[in-house]
Formats: sequence, C-alpha cells, structure tokens
Amino acid sequence: MASVHIDARGLHYTPLNQQIRAAVAGGATEIVIDHVLGQRFIGDGLRGDGVTITVNGVPGGDLGMFMSGPTIIVNGNADHAPGNTMDSGTIVIHGSAGDAVAHSMRGGRVFVRDNIGYRGGIHMKQYMEKRPILVIGGAARAFLGEYMAGGLLVVLGLDGSSPISERGLGSGIHGGEIFVRGGVEEKYLGVGARQLAATDAGKKTIEPVLRDFARAFGIDAGPLLTSEYTRITPASARPFANKYTWE
Amino acid sequence: MCGIIGVIDRRRKCMDGTGIKAALSMMNERGSGEGAGYVAYGIYPEYKDFYALHVFFDNIRENKGALDTLLERWGTIVHDEQIKTYEQPNIRKVHTPWRYFFRPDRSLMPKSTTPDEDIVTHLVMTVNAEKNGTLIFSSGKNLGVFKAAGWPEEVADFYRIQDYKGYLWLAHNRYPTNTPGWWGGAHPFNLLDWSVVHNGEITSYGTNRRYIESYGYKCTMYTDTEVVAYLVDLLIRKHGLSEKMAVRALAPPFWEEIDRMPAKEQELNRAIRLTYGPALMNGPFAICVANADSLVGFTDRIKLRPLVTGEHGDRLYISSEEAAIRTMEPDVANITMPKAGEPVIGRVVA
Amino acid sequence: MSIGSVPFKFRVSVDPEQCMVCGRCIENCSYGVFSKENERIKVNSRNCVACHRCLAFCPRDAIDIAEKPTDYRSHPVWTRDVREAIFNQAKTGKIILSGMGNAHPYPIIFDQLVLDACQVTNPSIDPLREPMEMRTYLGKKPAALSLKEFPNGDVELLTKLTPNLQIETPIMIGHMSYGAISLNAQTALAKAVSHVGTFMGTGEGGLHESLYPYQKHMIVQVASGRFGVDINYLERGAAIEIKIGQGAKPGIGGHLPGEKVCADVSCTRMIPEGSDAISPAPHHDIYSIEDLKQLVRSLKEATEWKKPVFVKIAAVHNVAAIAAGIARSSADAVVVDGFRGGTGAAPRVFRDHVGIPIEAAIASVDAKLRQQRIRNEVSLIASGGIRESADIAKAIALGADAVYIGTSALVAMGCRVCGTCYRGQCAWGIATQKPELTQRLDPETASVQVANLIHAWTDELAELMGAAGINSIESLRGNRDRLRGYMLDESLMQVLDVKSVGA
Repeated sequence: MASVHIDARGLHYTPLNQQIRAAVAGGATEIVIDHVLGQRFIGDGLRGDGVTITVNGVPGGDLGMFMSGPTIIVNGNADHAPGNTMDSGTIVIHGSAGDAVAHSMRGGRVFVRDNIGYRGGIHMKQYMEKRPILVIGGAARAFLGEYMAGGLLVVLGLDGSSPISERGLGSGIHGGEIFVRGGVEEKYLGVGARQLAATDAGKKTIEPVLRDFARAFGIDAGPLLTSEYTRITPASARPFANKYTWE
Repeated sequence: MCGIIGVIDRRRKCMDGTGIKAALSMMNERGSGEGAGYVAYGIYPEYKDFYALHVFFDNIRENKGALDTLLERWGTIVHDEQIKTYEQPNIRKVHTPWRYFFRPDRSLMPKSTTPDEDIVTHLVMTVNAEKNGTLIFSSGKNLGVFKAAGWPEEVADFYRIQDYKGYLWLAHNRYPTNTPGWWGGAHPFNLLDWSVVHNGEITSYGTNRRYIESYGYKCTMYTDTEVVAYLVDLLIRKHGLSEKMAVRALAPPFWEEIDRMPAKEQELNRAIRLTYGPALMNGPFAICVANADSLVGFTDRIKLRPLVTGEHGDRLYISSEEAAIRTMEPDVANITMPKAGEPVIGRVVA
Repeated sequence: MSIGSVPFKFRVSVDPEQCMVCGRCIENCSYGVFSKENERIKVNSRNCVACHRCLAFCPRDAIDIAEKPTDYRSHPVWTRDVREAIFNQAKTGKIILSGMGNAHPYPIIFDQLVLDACQVTNPSIDPLREPMEMRTYLGKKPAALSLKEFPNGDVELLTKLTPNLQIETPIMIGHMSYGAISLNAQTALAKAVSHVGTFMGTGEGGLHESLYPYQKHMIVQVASGRFGVDINYLERGAAIEIKIGQGAKPGIGGHLPGEKVCADVSCTRMIPEGSDAISPAPHHDIYSIEDLKQLVRSLKEATEWKKPVFVKIAAVHNVAAIAAGIARSSADAVVVDGFRGGTGAAPRVFRDHVGIPIEAAIASVDAKLRQQRIRNEVSLIASGGIRESADIAKAIALGADAVYIGTSALVAMGCRVCGTCYRGQCAWGIATQKPELTQRLDPETASVQVANLIHAWTDELAELMGAAGINSIESLRGNRDRLRGYMLDESLMQVLDVKSVGA
C-alpha cells in the first residue's frame, strides 16, 4: 500500500489538490495531509476507488465536492458543505460540520460524528444504484433534508441532546427518507413531509448503515440498533404538481 | 481628406519650419483651409526639463487666473508667456495661445511610479473636460504644438514656425468633418511626449474611446484622433510595449494570418488581439505618432489611406504624398509604401 | 358554472371546398382539435393552441386559424387577457403557468435603436471582397500584456492567458435542457453548432450519451438542482455555466414535471423516472457573492482550471453591480438574460412582470465593468429576446461579446411560438418527450435549418459591420457611437449611452 504524506501548512488548495491528484496518479492508496487549515475543495472532482485521504486539521468548504470514489477521513471539524454534489465515496468527519452538508449529494456516504449546521442533506437525490447516505451522530439544525429528492438521512442525537429541535425538517421533500432517533415534534416538520414511527422492517433497512457508522467512530452499535426511530417521508412525490393552472 | 507629413532627424539635427510648411502647403488639395497644425520637438532647449504647456484661452482675463491657480496647486510655473502670433488676413484669432513651463510637484502623487506624467495628464484631462474657455493642447517637454483654423501656410505664418528649430516635426493639413473651424480640433494632438497626426476616420472610435476612458483618459476634442494619442500613451508608456508591439495591437494581423503563423507567434498575436481587442483601430487611417525619440507611421489593416516614406541622410520622412516629401527634400531616396498595419519606425541614435 | 365558458382563443375553420378529408390534420394535431365525423373533418376549436401543425401539413391549404374570434367589450384597462386570467384563477385558485417569453406589450428597445453606415468620410467595407472578422474569444483577458522583446526581433510572451472559447460567429445557442426539449431537438442544435463553429448550452438536464460526439461544442450547465452533474459531465463540456437565474422567471426555480421525466430523461438527469425535477431557487451553496466565487472555483478546481466558467443571471434592476461582483469571482463570462427570455414554463406573473430588458441590462453592465476597470475580467453574453441579426448587432454595439439565441433556434426547427411548451404536447416534437411526437423532428433536417439561420444572421451581421466601415467584431463591441436612439426618452438614452437620431 503506497502511502504519501503532504504537509499542507500554508499551502493553497490548488497546489494541494495537484499534489493529491499526482499521488493518486502515482498509485498511492493512502494519503495523509497534515496541518490542514481552511483549504477548500480538498478532493474536488477526484476519482480513485480504494484511495483513503486522511485530513488532519480543519478543512475549508466543499470538501470532497464532485468526488467520485475516494474516502476522506477528517480528524477535526469540517466547514460548509462537505460532500457537495458528491458522486461516490465516503467522508467521515470526526467532529462537526457546517451548513449544507451533503448538498445535492447523489451517491456515497457522509458520516458526521457530532453535529451539523442548517440545511443538511438539502436536495440529496438518488438514481438507480446511486443512493446517497448522510448520518449525523449528534444533532442537526433547521431545514434538515430540505427539498430532499432521494437518499437516506439519519440523525442520531447520540450526545443526549434532541436530534431535531428546529423547524423545517424535510421541507419540500419529494423523495428519499429521513430517520430520526426517537420522536419528532410535529411542529418541526416542514411542508410536504410526513412522519411515522419506523417499523421494524424499516429499521432493518438502515441497520447496515448504523453498523458502519458505529464502526467508523469506534462506538457500540448496540444502542443504535435497539432505539426507536421516526421515519420522515414525502407526502407526495410531486409536492408542487397541484400549484399551477394553464394560461 | 487631410494630408500628413512627418520627419525625424536621427542625430537630432534641427530644421526650422520652412520646409515642412512648404511640404504641407503642397498638399492643399487634401485640405479645406479650416485647420492646420505643426508640432516640433527640440524647440525649447533652455526649458527642456519642464513641461511646456501650450494653452488656448478664450479670454485671458476670465480664464487664465484659474489655470494659474490650478498649476500652482500642482507644482511650479517656471515661466509663462503669450505665444507670439502674427496677424493673418484669414485667421480669426478666437483664442489667445499661451505657453507655460511647468514643474509638477511629484510629492502630490505619492502612489504613482510616474508622478510627473500622471500629474500633467491629470491636469490636461481635467482642464479640457471642463470646457471652461481653457484648452491645454500641448503638454510635452521641449516640444510644442502650433495649430489653428486656416490653411497650412497661414497657420505657419501666424506662429512664424520658421522661427522654431526642431529635429522632429509633424504637420497636418485638415479637411474637417466633425468640428470645422475649431482650433482644438486641428491636428497634431498631443499628450505629454506623444503627438499624433491622422488622416482618415476611425470607425471603432466609440469602442476605443470607452476603453481608454476606463483608464482615466478623457476624450474632450470631439474628434477621433485624440484617442490615438491616449492609446499610444497607455500601451507604450503605461503597459511598456514597444512601438512595434503597440502598432501590432492597434492594427493587428487578421485571424486567418495568425492561424497560419508558427505556434509561438500565433500565441503572441492571439494574446495581443485578446488583450487589446478594444484598442484595435478600425476604419481608414494613416497615422504618424511621435515622441522625443521616435517617429512611427502606420496605416489601417486593409490600407484604406495612403502613406509613403523616404529617407535622406539621417532623416526619415513619412507623408500622405511623395510630392510633399520631395518638396522638403528633393534628393530623397528609398521611397517606399509600407505594408498595411506594419509600422515604419524612425528612432534617434544620438 | 357561474363563470361559464369563455370565448375560444382561436377559431379553426376547414374549407369544405378544399378539404379532401385526408386526415393529416387529425394525425398531426396533438391537442385533439380534429376528428372525423360522417366523412367530414370536425373541429373542436377550444383545444387549439395555434401551433399551426395542421396548417403546415394540410396538402390543400384548407385550414385557417383566426385569433380571438370573439370580441369582448373593448376596454383599455380591463383587457381581454386580464379578464381571462381572473376567470381562470377564480375557477382554480392557482398560479397561472405560461410558456415562451414575456408577452406583455412593453416597447422593444432594439426597435428604437438604429444602426449607422458609412458615407463619404470613410468607406464601407464589402464583406464579399474584403476580410471580415467575426471571430470572438469568450473568457478572461489580461488587462495588459507583459512582453520581453529581444534585439533580433523575437518577442516572448510572459503573460499566461487563461482558457477562452473561440467562436466563429457571435451567435450561440442558449441553454434548453433535455427534458424541456426533446433529444431530437437537442441533437439538431448540437449538429448545427458543431457545423457552424459555435456552442450550445445543455441546460440543467445533463448531457445525453448520444450527444457526447458534440461535447466540444457544449457548455454544460450547473444549476441549483445539480441534475446530471458529476465530474464526467463537467469534464465533457467545453465550458461550464452556473445558472443563477433566467430572464423568464428571475428569482424562482424551475420544475420539470414528472410526466416529462421519461426513462431517458431520468437517466440523463440522474433522477428516478416520473419524479418531479425541482430546481430550487437559489443554489443552496450560494447565499452570498463569496459563495458564488466558491462555486466557480470549485468547478475550476474540479476540472483543474482547464475550463472557462460562465455565470448566468437574469437581468434584474441591480444587474450591473451584480455582474461586477461576478466579474470578481473568477468567472470567465457573465450571461445576462433579459426579461424577454424564453422558457418552457414560468408563472405568467414572473414572465410578464419581473426583470428588465436586455438592451438596458447590457448597456449598464458594460458601463459598470468599464467604470471599475474590470471589463477584461469577463466576457458578456446577452440573451433573451434576440429575434434577428439587427438585434445582435445592436446588442454587441451596446457592449455584448456574444449572444445566446433560444426561441429563434426553435422557430428555425418549426416552432410557431404557441407558448404551450409546459403542456408537453408539442406537435412539432420540440418541447415534448412523447415518442410519437418527438419522432416528428428529424435532427438532420432541423440541424440544417438551425445552421442556415446562424449562417444567414452571421452574413447579415458581416454586411452591417461592413456598411459601418468595421471589419472586426471587436470594433463593434461597445461602439455605441454607431447607434442612435429613435423616440427613446432622455433617461433611457443616458443608460444606453447613445445619442438621439439627428444628434
């Protein structure tokens, strides 16, 4: 396994990405980047199945944007929109992340150990075998899963706080599903979203994801699997179909 | 429409204005008697370190005080005097020509790398844009423009240009279409060291003017030629291009020619056209541009106006007509017609 | 039924003397106007949208269509349109959906600008004999060049230029997505632009596999829904365009209704078949100008800074300042879409009432960029209501580098501007995904027609330039001295920076 170390101290993101691309092109499967501080677009548009990039520090926005294949592990918090329009691959964040996490993500996985900001999972969408997954260990702020068109979103509230305590959950959702550990107060539901207690069969479908999440962060999967969940789904696949009349 | 002539002595040997007056008058068929002008370099050796500002005042009493105050605010008036003129039957003296020798206070333009030039440019642009009865029509060192509404020989006699001795002369015989009779509209146009005479009409003027004005120049003369002076100042003085490359920008090769060039040349010429597209001058023109060290003549890209060059000893002549050159120097040799868009450059060697 | 029926929009009549009951009208009409009864053609005028498909295919010229056959009491305020909209909304309680561009009778500024020509003081140039350069480069230009000149005459270029798009005519085809229009229609456009040496936009619908051979002439769009966007798509495009807004509906997103998302569309957009493709307003990663810069740069970073990135905005009141902000974002071109821009579907109230005309927008954007000395930072592409070559000449003289055409390219393929694209029933096979309709459009023939149009307009443009004594398009760009305003008011002439006729 070829391993490459990059020191990102004071390095602009363009040369940093060039070094990452060069390493991948050179056959590296293990890339460790130290002293990351604010560099945006790490792994942007990067292809490379089986490549793992470890980011030590705090990356800037759009981490893994348009990424197709690699795994990025962040030892720190992430900024705005990690996993933006990501195609496939995995992002594991050992910390929290900012707003619009997994925006328009179309495949792969984003695991966030702690909390995320507003509009997480906004407009995630799925097609055929591509089904994006966002799992949040802590809590999410308002408008989670807004305009969601596909994929899976799970919020766990593991730190004991309520996973959802703000408005607009699944607002405009027209595809995909959101699982929230525990209950969700009706007032937090957004337009076009509806909630039901997750069935055992439903829980079964997310079990592999929960196990992977637990493994990624070295926590016990047991309590996750036995918890009760609320499932949020679209009230209609065409939430706005009835809004218009013809001229 | 219009006749032009320019001459440079490469060893800076001076000529008085007699010859160029005769040459210009020789081309009276090209003019209409409503504008003529001359510029001579090397005429103020005793004041050569100061900017010689030639000014038209509509009214000395009303306009001059304001300019004096403005100049004093930006520097020092080393000397000023009325430019001597001699009454001519057909020239109505609507302006009083004045000259200042001016030293700008460069500490007033601390951020500039060329503070003197920037101050003088600023003054010229500001004063001329105000249109307040004051027009600075010449602003270089050791040079002066002399122009008025009239036939070339009348204008020459009005200023007695035969009394001035310069190593580089440009002259222009005007057939105006835009601003007949306006002294400011006569050529040469000058800014700092740059003087321009032009035959033709620039159809891209609107594009060129908007481009150059975005760099702080102000076109105030109601005519297309001044834009050439400013473009040359921008490309050569500010952007550091050579005369040759500046002319390449103003009258570049056609794309089909560029497409056929070797890769490196192609890249260069494409870059010039991309960068300086708004400076490309379109329409018919033959132009002579001068500064203290050189005389450059060139035409538009498809050669819609005439231009002839000739040489004699250290002197290079450029004119609309060979006959004009021969009037000045009967023994002129190497009469040639430059290719469209390619500059002819005469440079001083001493 | 308290409102009852409103009058027909169109009355279709069939001349029985001419009609031979061949039934072509029945076959061709996708709106169910015609039927056969007792060996005669029976007409249901209420269904007619005036798409003229029947008329175009009637072998005997037997069909006639009359607009607004029934009069209302005329009234300057309570127009027919206003009354009918009220009837409609009183019945349904819904937002009125409309198609094509602005249908409100605002004066058209293009029609009140006239072009110049040479007489005597300079010669016009005959493009038949003399060189006439229509080539344009779209993208960033340096403000100045740094050259190193050697005594032997060699010149070394020290300034590095960023990628530009080279177009041989200033006419490009704007973004109309697969979904909004059929694949046959997109294919026709793709063939046409490849043939002519220009570019077209994909719209926000991804790039269908069958169009890969034309990808060098494609500008791939990234819009708020991010449909069809992945790294392969970005790399295929000759340039990337971020769509912020659209002239037909500034400030709102778009919905491609599920019924237009057929298997093929779903594959290209990368969403499930039959689901609504909802492009929200705004982009969820752009809530401020610095976020735009981030998206521009993320796209450049993803494609290793090899592609120009354009940003398209609707022409709104503050368009000049917005464009100046975009010019600073690393974007290579700003596309400004005027309020006459077309659309497959837009709420009527937006289509007709929001935004400003392209003429004023271009003039103010160009002026603002020059004022801030950043005109070289971006190219300026005008779109929205370009109907003829004169409009292009005027748009360029007002400051545009190039134009996008949309509706006119569709008209070249047969579209009659019936404005009912949102119904997905387009009888011409353009704005529909129904196989029985899309197969009516032969991409080969249609591409020739579109290419013909671009050729013809380019020739006309060359003639107009020649007459103005200009042999290179960059000398027309921003050359407002060659325009005059005819019956334009003083304040608008100031915005346009043009003089009045006679001045």
